[in-house]
Amino acid sequence: MNPVIQMHGIDKRFPGVHALKSVQFDLIAGEVHALMGENGAGKSTLMKILSGIYQPDGGTIRVNGAEVRIAGPRAAQGLGIGIIHQELALMPDLTVAQNIFIGREPKNRFGVLNEGKLNADAAAIFQQMKVAIDPQAEVRTLTIAKQQMVEIAKALSFRSSILIMDEPTAALNDRETDELFAIIRGLRGEGVGVVYISHKMDEIRRISDRVTVMRDGAYVGTVTAADTPIETIINMMVGRDLDQSVVDIPDLSGAEVALRVQGLNRGRVVRDVSFDLKKGEILGFAGLMGAGRTEVARVIFGADKRESGEIEVHGRAAAIRTPQDAVKAGIGYLSEDRKHFGLALGLDVRNNIGLTALDKFSDRAGRVNDSALAKVARDYIESLAIRTPSDKQEVRLLSGGNQQKVVIAKWLLRDCDILIFDEPTRGIDVGAKAEIYRLLVDLAAQGKAIIVISSELPEVLRLSHRIAVMCEGRLTGILPGGPATSQTEIMRLATQRDMASEGALT
Amino acid sequence: MTATVPAASPLNRLKASGAQQKLLAFASLIVLLIFFSIASENFLQTSNIIAILQATSVNGVLAIAATLVIITGGIDLSVGTLMTFTAVVSGVVLTFWGMALPFGILAAIGMGAFCGLISGTLIARMKIPPFIATLGMMLILKGLSLVISGTKPIYFNDTPSYPELSTGSLVGKLIPALPLPNGVLILFLLALFISWVLNRTVLGRYTFALGSNEEAVRLSGVNTDGWKIAIYALAGGICGIAGLLISSRLNSAQPALGLGYELDAIAAVVIGGTSLAGGRGSILGTIIGALIMSVLLNGLRILSVAQEWQTVVTGLIIIAAVYADMLRRRRAG
Repeated sequence: MNPVIQMHGIDKRFPGVHALKSVQFDLIAGEVHALMGENGAGKSTLMKILSGIYQPDGGTIRVNGAEVRIAGPRAAQGLGIGIIHQELALMPDLTVAQNIFIGREPKNRFGVLNEGKLNADAAAIFQQMKVAIDPQAEVRTLTIAKQQMVEIAKALSFRSSILIMDEPTAALNDRETDELFAIIRGLRGEGVGVVYISHKMDEIRRISDRVTVMRDGAYVGTVTAADTPIETIINMMVGRDLDQSVVDIPDLSGAEVALRVQGLNRGRVVRDVSFDLKKGEILGFAGLMGAGRTEVARVIFGADKRESGEIEVHGRAAAIRTPQDAVKAGIGYLSEDRKHFGLALGLDVRNNIGLTALDKFSDRAGRVNDSALAKVARDYIESLAIRTPSDKQEVRLLSGGNQQKVVIAKWLLRDCDILIFDEPTRGIDVGAKAEIYRLLVDLAAQGKAIIVISSELPEVLRLSHRIAVMCEGRLTGILPGGPATSQTEIMRLATQRDMASEGALT
Repeated sequence: MTATVPAASPLNRLKASGAQQKLLAFASLIVLLIFFSIASENFLQTSNIIAILQATSVNGVLAIAATLVIITGGIDLSVGTLMTFTAVVSGVVLTFWGMALPFGILAAIGMGAFCGLISGTLIARMKIPPFIATLGMMLILKGLSLVISGTKPIYFNDTPSYPELSTGSLVGKLIPALPLPNGVLILFLLALFISWVLNRTVLGRYTFALGSNEEAVRLSGVNTDGWKIAIYALAGGICGIAGLLISSRLNSAQPALGLGYELDAIAAVVIGGTSLAGGRGSILGTIIGALIMSVLLNGLRILSVAQEWQTVVTGLIIIAAVYADMLRRRRAG
């Protein structure tokens, strides 16, 4: 079999980072080739080079055997290389067909568009994909899954023989993922070579033929997916055996219940969720993407309205309607998207820590007592081991792990003793992860009640004293933490669909 | 999954296309017309209607230019002083240099397009935010207008047919019962043409695409910088037309005029339902927006409301229009 793509010795440097170190990659027609690695391993950079967005500093790229230089996105399209970016690159105000053919609109020589042909061409592609999407619908009205299909249709419209998909299922639910996989299998059958970037082990097993692993910008190896155990692939990714340290579960039998949730409901995303959280406990929330974990947290925090259900904090009913109410009750929510919701990136560490507690540091006239604020900030920098040159450093210059610590400091300063962490280590490198874990364990030992929402099972297993598993908005079970619980058991609960309601919905 | 395509109903399309705001604006216009006709019998006179349309022509043309830029997600603060600058340029060509009328017209439109090209280049190539780039252009052009004209108005005494550009009536010659001034005719023809450009040509497609998601357009291999410059140049050329219209109506190029016109133009665009966030908008909406503003001013004047209050009302209308749009969006989710 002839490889359609051969990348060899690819090197790429960004200011201060050696992003790719002599990386190789090849793709055969009609295969799904998974590209795996932790955040920052260089997968996306490599694929951006292949699609002409970045230029390599060294190395060769061959397409169908001939060495090529891919000068830009247009050149990549010309070579039959289509890419579907992690952040969908669509124009929400334009129609589906207009999006697919942007830059290649059928037109006469005066630049007058032929909309009829545009829509017909788009319809033909969807016919071929066996997908039902109206070419004249505005993209903003489509679900994320449908938008993804539009991206695929766009890539196919170039007659791409090579399709790169960067974490395509990140925002899809199970059923949508199934549909996507059916399309990918169809394309594979037609001889399209697919590069599939993902973090999700189960998907890799289901869809890919071969797996190439990268680590820290370097090529680690390529294996066949069918006969390589997942542990082997994980070991290749992290470069060592998985951290086997076992969670140390404290005896909480006498501990006070900090948070009690009873029969929480919000539409289809949160259905009859009830659980207790004790002081000093770490309760992990596991589940697949879209299972409703973040939604539960947002409802508890008052960010979304609950339709029914009771929330008790320290034994007293808490009327939480807004995030302010939640904070007053001592609940802190650390969003998975720190940059958008957790931090003022342009402000310094000191002011980020004090941002929501300025009332503690100001007098009646609103004058801020800067030296008191600075002292508190320095205390947190020390106690949480935030690595920053000073409390005057701008937060955007800190690493992901240290930014996360600043967010934690901010909530601790608000006297929050119930802390909900949503994907606390997303975008944080391996070393810093361990530090965040240690911090969470310490906080629990100090009597904080902690919820950790995580999509990474090893993370849930390593941290949680108990593990709540969700599927389709329902809490399908609460498992004990520690070695007694296996990943298989969690996955079983995470995929335990409610057949009755499923039947009613379809 | 089957391959049957769910056809969007026309009603859904209407909802999705932001046509509701246009409808709302149109309904407001009708309500205003009815209100003022009842309040004053002088309002619905043909001569008054013509006066309203005539008053709309300059702001309408500028608003068309502003619409193009705003749909790309940008803003152009220089449309007012660019209008003045092109009027002065026309005066220089026709009065100082004594050239024939067509040269004056070409010079005004050409200079407008050239200035738009400069704004576009500042924004697209040098990555200066549109607000700043066009704020700079606004001041530069205001200054240059004063410098070139020697701070004095330039009169078009050597070009007797100059006022005809705006106040003459080609339509009136053909249909005496309909003395539509040329300025209004030009506004309507321009609106039709730019509307066609927006909806049926590649330039129009990229205007919407840029405002919707510029990065996506760039990643699709489109020369986004080039198209953006072209759009600003087109908007500049349209400001040249406005320059001709206003100087023709005043039979002079007034170098001190122009500041403040950009805000009226942007107001008309916003009232017409074009989103300041870019990606959506229409010329029809903008024309309705401009008409609402002139009808309001004219009606209040007829009702003898002080001019200061007319300005206050315009401000309220802008806020109300945008709030109505926000409500609609929130409902649409």
